[in-house]
Amino acid sequence: MIPNYLILQALREPEALISLSLLDWDLLIRQARRANLLARICLLLDERSLLEQVPPKPRQHLEWSRVISEKHIQAVHWEITQIRKALEKVGVPVVLLKGAAYVMAKLPSAKGRLFSDIDIIVPKDSLSVVEAALMLHGWAATHHDAYDQRYYRTWMHELPPMQHIKRMTVIDVHHAILPETAALHPDSAKLLAAAQLLDGYDDVKIFAPVDMVLHSAVHLFHNDQLDQGLRDLVDIDSLLRHFSRLPTFWTDLSVRAHELGLMRPLFYALRYAVHFLNTPVPSGMMKATQNGRPNPLTLFFTDQLFERALLPAHKSCSDWLTGTARQILYVRATWLRMPSFLLARHLFHKAFISPKPE
Amino acid sequence: MNVSALTPSELKLRLKTAGIYLQTGSFTTHLKTTIPSVAEGIGLLYADYPLVEQDCFADFHISLTRPRNLRRWFKPQALFLFDGNTIFKPLPLDQAFPMLEWGLNWCVSTHVNHCLMIHAAVVEKGGFAAIMPAPPGSGKSTLCAALVNRGWRLLSDELALIRVSDGKLIPLPRPVSLKNESIEIIRRYEPNAIFSRKVADTIKGTVAHMKAPADSIARAAEAVQLAWVIFPKYQAGATACLETLPQSRAFMRVADNSFNYSLLGLQGFKAMTNLIDASLCYDFTYSKLDDAIEIFGALKPQASHNNHTYANEL
Repeated sequence: MIPNYLILQALREPEALISLSLLDWDLLIRQARRANLLARICLLLDERSLLEQVPPKPRQHLEWSRVISEKHIQAVHWEITQIRKALEKVGVPVVLLKGAAYVMAKLPSAKGRLFSDIDIIVPKDSLSVVEAALMLHGWAATHHDAYDQRYYRTWMHELPPMQHIKRMTVIDVHHAILPETAALHPDSAKLLAAAQLLDGYDDVKIFAPVDMVLHSAVHLFHNDQLDQGLRDLVDIDSLLRHFSRLPTFWTDLSVRAHELGLMRPLFYALRYAVHFLNTPVPSGMMKATQNGRPNPLTLFFTDQLFERALLPAHKSCSDWLTGTARQILYVRATWLRMPSFLLARHLFHKAFISPKPE
Repeated sequence: MNVSALTPSELKLRLKTAGIYLQTGSFTTHLKTTIPSVAEGIGLLYADYPLVEQDCFADFHISLTRPRNLRRWFKPQALFLFDGNTIFKPLPLDQAFPMLEWGLNWCVSTHVNHCLMIHAAVVEKGGFAAIMPAPPGSGKSTLCAALVNRGWRLLSDELALIRVSDGKLIPLPRPVSLKNESIEIIRRYEPNAIFSRKVADTIKGTVAHMKAPADSIARAAEAVQLAWVIFPKYQAGATACLETLPQSRAFMRVADNSFNYSLLGLQGFKAMTNLIDASLCYDFTYSKLDDAIEIFGALKPQASHNNHTYANEL
C-alpha cells in the first residue's frame, strides 16, 4: 500500500489542491520540484482554471517552473528543426521517441515536461550515415573512452550520446528500445514499420500509440536511473488515459505486447500506474496481462522496491529502505540489460579500470 | 521579530534544531545549520532581518552541514544542501558563511522567473534606481558598498530583479560581498560598517561581507523605478568619467549579464526593451570613491520620469 503522499494526490485529483494549507503547499512544491513535476501541476491547475485560487506564494513557484518548461518545449521544437535539416539528405525518416514525440504530437504527456536530451530511433543499418550526418552538422560524440565507445556500439541499443558543439544540446540515436545484450529483445523492424508520420510532416515519425506505451513501460522498468521514475509513470498514465479513446486500444495493446514479448514490462506499467495514479484500466485488460505477472514472491519483492523507488527522491517520501531499494533496482536494471558474465565484466571494468570522473 | 531578538546561544540552538525562517526581500528562507561560524555570521549580518513565524511557507529550504566523511577529522568541510540535495561541491569549513551567501544567490538566480534577473548591483536615491551590471573584478560591489554608506539605499549588490509585469526593481538587500583589497578600502572609507570575518583562499580570493544598512533592510518591500544603467569600471589613477552609452550597446551588455533573459523568451525581450527605454545608460570609469559619490549625486533621471512622478504626486 502506498501512503497518500501530497504529490500523488495532486496528480490524481488536482481539483482537491485548492483546499491545501500553506504548509501542505510548502511540502507539495518540494516533492513536485524533486520529481520534475512542478510545471505539470501548474498546467493541470491552469487548464481547470484553478491556478488563481492557489495562494500567491506557492502559485509563484508553480509559475516560475512553467516558464522553464515552456522554454524547454520551445527548444525541443527548434532542436527537431535542426535535426531534420541535418538528416534531410540521409533519406531516413526521423522517428522521435518519448518526450520529443509527445511534444511534437501535442500529447497531454508533454504538459509541463522538462528535457535533458532528444531521443530518436533509426534502422540499425542507417546508424552510421545518421551519425555521420549529425557530425557534419555539429553534433559530436561525448564518450571518448575506448571502453565506453565499445560498450555503446557493441552492446547497447544506442550510439554514445552526441552533443551539439554550439547549442550543447544532446541527442541519443537509438536503433532499438532495449540493449542488444538484454534477454527481452523486441524487434525494432516491427516498431519502425508501424511508426506513423507526424501530422503535417513527411520526414518525422512517431511510434504507433500502443508502441509508444510499450516503449514508455520498457524505458521505466528497465531503467537503471529511477530519479525520474514518477515522471515516467505520469507519462504512462497520461498516454493510457489519452489513447483509451481509440476504439480497440486495449486489445491492440495486449496483442502487441505479446507479439513483441513485452508482457512483463506492460504488467508492471499498468500495475503501478493504477497503484500510484489511479489510472482507469479496464478490468479485462488487467486479466489479459496476467501472463506477464511474475511469481508471487518476486512480485512481493518487486512491489517493495518500486513502491519506494518510483516516489520523488525527497526525504518526505522516503523511509529507511528507500536508498537500498534504489540500489537494488539499479543492479536489477543492469542485470536485465546484459547476461551475468558480461555484467560482471562490465562492473569490473567500471570499478577498477575506467578513469574516475572528477 | 528580528534575528537580533534572539541571543547568540538561542540563535545557534534554533539553527541547529528547527531552523529559522528568515525574510530577505520578498523571499522566505528556511535555514538550518550546525556550523558555528554560519550562526555567528547570521547573528552579525542578519540581525536586522525579520524572522517569519516558524513552520510557514518557505521559498527555499536550505541547510549547511559538515559532511560525515573521514576528512572531518583533519580537513573539515562544509556542505550546502538545497532541500536535502547537494548543489555544490563541499568547501573547506572555514568558507561556510560565504558559501551560505553564494547558496542564497543560487536559490534566487535559478528559480525566480517573474523577474528579469541581471547580475548587477542596485542602489536607489530619491525614488530612482541605478543598476550596475558588470563582470567580477570591475569594482561593482566596492562602488555599491561606498554608495550605500553615503545615503544611497541598497537594493542588492548581486541581483537586479526587474519585475516583468511592471518593470519595477524588487529589492533584495543582503550583505555586500567584498573581496581582496576592497575589504580594507571600504573599512577605511566607512569605519562604522560592520563586516563578517575575512575568509582567505576562496575561489574569489579573500572575501568578507558587509552588513546592509538597517534602513535598506527596513524598506525591502518598496519596489523602485529604474532610471540609470551604469557599467562601472575601476581603473587605477583614472579621473572619474561618465560616458553616455548608445541604447543598442547597453541592451546587449545588459543581456550578457542576465541570468534568465533567454529563458524568459519574448517576455524577457520586452522587459529588456522597457528597461533600456526607461534608463539613461553610461560607462563609468573611476579610481576615487569620493569622485564617484559626487558624480552619482549629480545624476538626473530622464525628463519623462519627472513628469511621471509629478503625475503620481498630484
